[in-house]
Amino acid sequence: MLQSWVIASVSFAYLGVLFAIAYYGDKRADAGRSIIANPTIYALSLAVYCTTWTFYGSVGRAASTGIGFLPIYLGPTLMAGLWWFVMLKIIRISKANRITSIADFVSSRYGKSHLLGGLVTIIAVIGIVPYISLQLKAVSNSFTILLHYPDIVMPARAAAQPLLQDSALYIALILAAFTILFGTRHLDATERHEGMVAAIAFESLVKLLAFVAVGIFVTFFLYDGFDDIFDRAELVPRLKALMTVDDTGASYGSWWSLTFLSMLSIMFLPRQFQISVVENVNERHLARAIWLFPLYLLLINIFVLPIAVGGLLHFPDGSVDADTFVLTLPMAEQQEALALLVYIGGLSAGTGMVIVETIALSTMVCNDLVMPVLLRWKSLRLHEEQDLSWLLLSIRRWAIAAILLLGYIYFRAAGEAYALVGIGLISFAAVAQFAPSIVGGIYWKGGTRQGAIAGLVAGFAVWVYTLLLPSFAKSGWLSLSFISEGLFGIGLLKPQQLFGLSGLGEIPHSLFWSMLANIGCYVAVSLRRRPDVVETSQATLFVDAFRHTEGDQRSRFWRGSAQVQDLLPLIGRFLGPERARDAFLIYARRRGVASIDQLEANADLVHYAETLLAGAIGGASARVMVASVVKEEPLGIDEVMNILDEASQVRAYSRQVEQKSHELEEATAELRAANERLKELDRMKDDFMSTVTHELRTPLTSIRAFSEILLEDPKTNLENRRKFLAIIVKETERLTRLINQVLDMAKIESGNAEWHTADIDLREVIEESLAATSSLFADKRIGLEKRLAGDVPSVRADRDRLIQVMLNLLANAVKFCEEDRGRVTVRLFAEGGAARVDVEDNGAGIAEADQPTVFEKFRQVGDTMTAKPQGTGLGLPISRQIVEHFGGRLWVKSSLGKGATFSFTLPLDAGEARQEERRQND
Amino acid sequence: MMKRSILTGQRLVAVFLFGCVLFNYPVIALFNKTGELLDIPLLYLFLFGAWGLLIGLMAWVIEHRQE
Amino acid sequence: MTKRILIVDDEPNIVVSLEFLMKREGFDVAVATDGEAALKSVEEKRPDLVLLDIMLPKKNGFEVCQTIRANPGLQAVKIVMLTAKGRDTEVAKGTALGADAYMTKPFSTKDLIAQVRQILGES
Repeated sequence: MLQSWVIASVSFAYLGVLFAIAYYGDKRADAGRSIIANPTIYALSLAVYCTTWTFYGSVGRAASTGIGFLPIYLGPTLMAGLWWFVMLKIIRISKANRITSIADFVSSRYGKSHLLGGLVTIIAVIGIVPYISLQLKAVSNSFTILLHYPDIVMPARAAAQPLLQDSALYIALILAAFTILFGTRHLDATERHEGMVAAIAFESLVKLLAFVAVGIFVTFFLYDGFDDIFDRAELVPRLKALMTVDDTGASYGSWWSLTFLSMLSIMFLPRQFQISVVENVNERHLARAIWLFPLYLLLINIFVLPIAVGGLLHFPDGSVDADTFVLTLPMAEQQEALALLVYIGGLSAGTGMVIVETIALSTMVCNDLVMPVLLRWKSLRLHEEQDLSWLLLSIRRWAIAAILLLGYIYFRAAGEAYALVGIGLISFAAVAQFAPSIVGGIYWKGGTRQGAIAGLVAGFAVWVYTLLLPSFAKSGWLSLSFISEGLFGIGLLKPQQLFGLSGLGEIPHSLFWSMLANIGCYVAVSLRRRPDVVETSQATLFVDAFRHTEGDQRSRFWRGSAQVQDLLPLIGRFLGPERARDAFLIYARRRGVASIDQLEANADLVHYAETLLAGAIGGASARVMVASVVKEEPLGIDEVMNILDEASQVRAYSRQVEQKSHELEEATAELRAANERLKELDRMKDDFMSTVTHELRTPLTSIRAFSEILLEDPKTNLENRRKFLAIIVKETERLTRLINQVLDMAKIESGNAEWHTADIDLREVIEESLAATSSLFADKRIGLEKRLAGDVPSVRADRDRLIQVMLNLLANAVKFCEEDRGRVTVRLFAEGGAARVDVEDNGAGIAEADQPTVFEKFRQVGDTMTAKPQGTGLGLPISRQIVEHFGGRLWVKSSLGKGATFSFTLPLDAGEARQEERRQND
Repeated sequence: MMKRSILTGQRLVAVFLFGCVLFNYPVIALFNKTGELLDIPLLYLFLFGAWGLLIGLMAWVIEHRQE
Repeated sequence: MTKRILIVDDEPNIVVSLEFLMKREGFDVAVATDGEAALKSVEEKRPDLVLLDIMLPKKNGFEVCQTIRANPGLQAVKIVMLTAKGRDTEVAKGTALGADAYMTKPFSTKDLIAQVRQILGES
């Protein structure tokens, strides 16, 4: 027989131990030697996720739905895989902005909005209070059941008990006192409670130990191992069914939606946010939690199904609530100590949840609900108070008490309507509404305040309609026809078959509609306008959290003037003058300034102050408070965009630098090439001058020599005299020709040549040129063949110039032909929109390598092999210039010893050319 | 500050995706059958086995990261 | 003893004028119109002086000059280079290769004859 005083004193002793741990933890923290600076303790404290809902409720759920209870724990396991990115980002954002609650987070992200903070707080309180009442119910039930030991008596309906005999009331009160002691002994700007975290980690160990102990007892002592239990279950159809889930789409859909729901809950339940983000000492601790926390979940779940099956086998008549199997099985076997351990384990699970949850909620209620109202309430004259820290603490204490009392009231009124697991899932679905605004807020800069508000309101409204109100109906506060008939009897509005959507469980159904409404409104409303100044700057701080190092970023979005004498008292009013002075001293020392008076009240200090204050009263209130003592010059949206642009400009700049240096290299190479080309041109000009000089001096040499001979010796015989004078005349002609051609060349090259363009019949040009050179042919007795097509259209060119080209080519051909055996063929024909002329000879030919050089000035190919040819060496270059001037081409085809063919083309008249082309295309 | 090793993060995301496949239709449907292996119901064995595997993978990724 | 002069140039009219001048001055004259013929002629006829053009087919005047100076048996041969390219670098190059004099075309016939006589030690 366990006397009530025994149970009570064990309970108090346990709470005493917890308090001792917490007290010790706080002492150590104050001394700067944290006992929770350890990744394992962090991971254990995260197990505050496992409440009495896990401890007692999992078995209950497993007894009714079998293995379907597991998604609640698989979801967090999966989510842990994303923590490296998502959770780390939330932690870093929260630390940089001194965010102390989930409401603060949402409000800060969307421009420090009081309205949003309040909204999140209200949703959290309404969503979580049933969950708290669930803990009270579980603890009070376990106390009651244990009290009847060794008899197993199910507790009566709570409402049936007189208020003052209801153990749940006392439990609520004790927990309230305990939480106040834990959570609000003093005010800290970071809202961290190291002692509490240590106690929570300890409780996690206790509840795991207790649960595993029961599991081992049931599995290995009551039965003969896993195989024995499962073998026995195989024999009972009802139990056999627990080993699988229904093989239906709805069942798999439900499995998936519970997994999804728990993934969101592990991130956004206020207590999880408190422990994993606010209480995080060092973000490195997150790493181990990623696998250690899922391991904890696995361990605490491994015996759930065996215990459920064991309980169902042991109490086949259904007289014992499956939610109590964990406790009643050891009791049924007279395991007094084990039963007491289980009770303590359940107490751990319940108190842990209640403490963290109420602290988290009280922070929200104080910072995001009560303080904003009080601070606006001018008649309270709060702005005249010197020290408001007492006010903050008392608001939080009252909030804790109020929340627990609300939980108790809910328990008295509605606690019996649902099994434990039902209530837990309703809370999960409520906090899931935070997901779009938060996840969207840290990855999407476009989300706006109105979007977040719309999403939250819509999602929450759907949640109320599809989950909360039906739960009220089931509790008898509303007519059950609300569920069966729909609102006002409209079938489409049935809360659990909204718009006729049936076949889903109530949770997947509600999750679908609420998420649809939430995400839909969040995105649609956000997209209605561009984010304003504050939203943009906050969005950047949140979304780009990994890019910025702490602190430096925020000051950039602020401009104004402030006084240290204004800021210090302001902070002092909320943190207490002592703490404020300490904090400012720390700041001063960090800046290398000796005293507070010497501090410069710049943007950095203003932000430091605001951040300090944000820890105490929330981001939105802190902003209002700081704004009241500093003169802020508002930044325009353009300026904010400019600041944001700077960052991208820096990145763009480095890219540009890279590109520029690349371009510079290219330019250098080009310059070098151009320089080479210039040098080459210079050398060519030099060579040209030298060559021209040579070509001029050579005939002059002969002329001068013979002139002097004749002058000195008048008696030179007649024959010689004639010969010498003939040479003089010939060399003079050569000189004249050379000068003319050089000038001609220079004119053409400089573009100063005169062109008399007309329609030219090439046949006529060729005939005339042949007539002019007929004596050359006759002298060397060279044969001529003409193949001139009759239908070649006219070309646009300068007649005299073309004759010049033809004469040059014909003279060349004759020049390189042997006497008597020489033969020259002239061809004219149309080819691909151009007229083409060939002048072919059977002379010496030109080596492949020399072919390009024949078109260079003064390059006379063949000098070295034969006697020096006559000519200036300018004929071909000039001819090429002429042909190219009229859009044609001049080239040579030849091989050594086999003659040469010089060819040129000239484009046919534009109109004719088109006709020609068309003819060819057809 | 914890160094954000992108590789570690990506490995963890891969484990997450792997887990999403394991713990959802149609993979669970493969094991959602009456019947036992080693005297343990098939689905129970699969779920806890896969769960343990995921934890093992995550532990390996985390503890073998290079910072 | 009559001195022998070899005229090397590829311009027929210049050859004619030089030949006439040298013969008139009483020299024994030989003619070559390219570099290779010039070297052959120097070997065979052992002229006392070579009037050497630079722009020559087959082997230019510089090469011919160099080859002559490289032959110990031909050290007595005097060389007067003639060029239509009057650049200083070419004058320097010719002198460096062992030419005894350098004349730029067009030249004064009097100066040429004086130069030739001086080199031959007849003035």
